Amino acid sequence: MTTPGTESIQPPPAPATARRSIALVFFCTLLGAAAQILFKIGSAHFSLNLIAAATNVPLICGLVLYGGFTLLMVLALREGELSMLYPIISLTYVWVTLLSYTLLGEKPNLFKNVGIAVIVIGVGILGRGGRK
Amino acid sequence: MTPLMKSMLLVFIGGVVGSFGAVFLKLGADKLSKSIRSFLNIRLAAGVALYLGSTVFYLLGIKGGQLSVLYPMVSLGYIWTLLWSRLFFKEAFSRQKLLGLCLILAGVVFVGLGG
Repeated sequence: MTTPGTESIQPPPAPATARRSIALVFFCTLLGAAAQILFKIGSAHFSLNLIAAATNVPLICGLVLYGGFTLLMVLALREGELSMLYPIISLTYVWVTLLSYTLLGEKPNLFKNVGIAVIVIGVGILGRGGRK
Repeated sequence: MTPLMKSMLLVFIGGVVGSFGAVFLKLGADKLSKSIRSFLNIRLAAGVALYLGSTVFYLLGIKGGQLSVLYPMVSLGYIWTLLWSRLFFKEAFSRQKLLGLCLILAGVVFVGLGG
């Protein structure tokens, strides 16, 4: 165990996060954003009715994308710290917001723009800290 | 219970369930070998099942509530995951991780406020 103050003078721990893992999670966020848009469309008809859920095309497409998302996420987690890779998923918010501007015709506003900028900075700091 | 509180509770539960999904995916990922068969392991299956469970809670939650409140609730999952990473995988709480996570949470709150 190391205390925060002594971390910098000790050799880096073995399971640091590979750049490839960060790139994989980054790609996952693009899949996740597409899935969320589809979920948003599908949730309007969602209920705990198995037949209704099974014939909900946007929902099924979203789930398939989430399948790809999960597979890539698992591959990423092989070579990285969970605490470092998992928050990168928040980039999904950035893509969803940008997609909602362009695809769904939602109006940009200051809060959303500041929000996505702050998320990008946060992910950047996180990524710099954990990278090998 | 008001409809908004019910939605918040559903999304909150979804976040906790999903964070355990991430833990099981990590456990499963650590067991992978070069063979495709190694993907069929109980840890990954549990992770996927927990994710599907969290999706049901999430969908039921966002159906009846404002995303401005629910979005930040979803991102609480990042905090749980950070805690479990520390607890189960002995990953360090570095300054960058905490600062990055705080900014991410603040950003998500802003995105929610703009919605």
